[in-house]
Amino acid sequence: MPYRIEVENLNVYFGESHILKDINIKINTNMVTSLIGPSGCGKSTFIRTLNRMNDTIPTFKKDGTVLLDGKDIYDPNVDVVDLRKKVGMVFQKPNPFPKSIFDNVAYGLRIHGLNDNDVIANKVEESLKAAALWDEVEDKLEMSAMGLSGGQQQRLCIARTIAVEPEVILMDEPCSALDPISTTKIEDLIHKLKHDYTIIIVTHNMQQATRVSKYTAFFLHGEIVESGLTDKLFMEPKDKRTEDYITGRFG
Amino acid sequence: MTEKKEDKFIQWVLFATGISSILIIILIIAFIFSEGLPAIFSIGLFNFIFGMIWNPDIGLYGVFPMIIGTLLTTFLALLMAIPLSLCCSIFLAEIAPPNMRKLLKPTIQGLAGIPSVIYGFFGLVIIVPFIRIHFGGSGFSVISASLILTIMILPTIISISEDALRSIPFEYSEASLALGATQWQTIKNVIVPAAVPGIITAIILGMGRAIGETMAVIMVTGNVVQIPGSIFEPVRTLTSNIALEMGYATGLHYSALFSTGIILLTVIVILLLLANYVNYKTKVSIGGGYL
Repeated sequence: MPYRIEVENLNVYFGESHILKDINIKINTNMVTSLIGPSGCGKSTFIRTLNRMNDTIPTFKKDGTVLLDGKDIYDPNVDVVDLRKKVGMVFQKPNPFPKSIFDNVAYGLRIHGLNDNDVIANKVEESLKAAALWDEVEDKLEMSAMGLSGGQQQRLCIARTIAVEPEVILMDEPCSALDPISTTKIEDLIHKLKHDYTIIIVTHNMQQATRVSKYTAFFLHGEIVESGLTDKLFMEPKDKRTEDYITGRFG
Repeated sequence: MTEKKEDKFIQWVLFATGISSILIIILIIAFIFSEGLPAIFSIGLFNFIFGMIWNPDIGLYGVFPMIIGTLLTTFLALLMAIPLSLCCSIFLAEIAPPNMRKLLKPTIQGLAGIPSVIYGFFGLVIIVPFIRIHFGGSGFSVISASLILTIMILPTIISISEDALRSIPFEYSEASLALGATQWQTIKNVIVPAAVPGIITAIILGMGRAIGETMAVIMVTGNVVQIPGSIFEPVRTLTSNIALEMGYATGLHYSALFSTGIILLTVIVILLLLANYVNYKTKVSIGGGYL
């Protein structure tokens, strides 16, 4: 099984502060990998390195390599637009555009040059179905996305991400702003999506990590303390710090 | 107990000051109507609004050319000011580096503080001769006034639109960039559409300033009461009419100037209602979170 993402000796700095220290991790293709760890440990910074969203921060610096399908994504020849099309992202707070439900999903297709309205309509339907939202919105596609519930908005954001056909979906605590029922729906969705996409999910919720992911990495103070199969990491942690964290002794 | 009294007292003071500003506006409107309505009745509403000749010496009071003059100068100014200020506000809000923005924004806001007579001077010395030399005529013209008004309303529209653009949450830009959109696609398709209600408010305020401007306009329009054949011909606006003749008018002429004020107020109210309607429509189409 080839790895989709390989990170070697990654160090990330924001100005003077050293946020990520010597990160080495390999992410399996079409599986779910959870990143757990206390607040401020660098999980979000790490996934934002994978689609170069950190580039929007002027003080961002990094060394080390990040390979996607064997190619360095920080190579000067890499087009960030193409990269972000391949590596989609779902944010912590649902952030649909103040546009109609349809236009939210169609947005990514249109900016990538798709003009045929029939094709767009088909893709929108497909994506909404894949995101398990279609049944709830099929008769109100022209309604503003701002009128949906938080959980529906988050699934819309997932649909919007899926629409541009990424290989990888990064999820930055996608359920932290949602109620338990919406959370369950998103988790079910992750189970469905993992067959077609490589998913990396940041979560504060360790039960969620055990429920959705095959692999888990534990971050602490900008380092990966331990990573491996989720079951193993939770049942027989090798490192004392991992054990302390998963048994709730800190964090 | 005393704290409760203090609360009541402050509430009362705020209420009184709030109400008094509304009362003042009502009083001004009532005053203009009471001074101006009799003249409209004696001239006849239709003759007054649609009359083509304004000649107090022979008792002809028609303000139609001035309504056209006001609308023409204002809309021409908006036509030039809207694209300019929109581009400028996008640059300030989204593209300019922070230091440049810190320098530019106060400079632009400073433009709003220049007295209108100074703008008038500038128009008189620079724009009027420019029009005269390059486009013929006297140079006192619709276009001269519109150019001056354009400059005058830029700071209003720019700074309010810029505030509107900057108030759009970064989450929207982030979502767009994460989908692979370029910065320009993000500005064009996400940020600007979301800021449209605020931008319309900016345009309304700019329009209000353009309609009401008197001094700078008097100095460059030539003040001839006529429907101009082209934008290079002189014109007179409603505000100019009042300011030019108030000093010496008596009797019916005096009242007719107040009637001009009534027409001016009516034109402004109609335009404001229209603009608010457009604003409401766009807000509804943007949807939920913005209402």
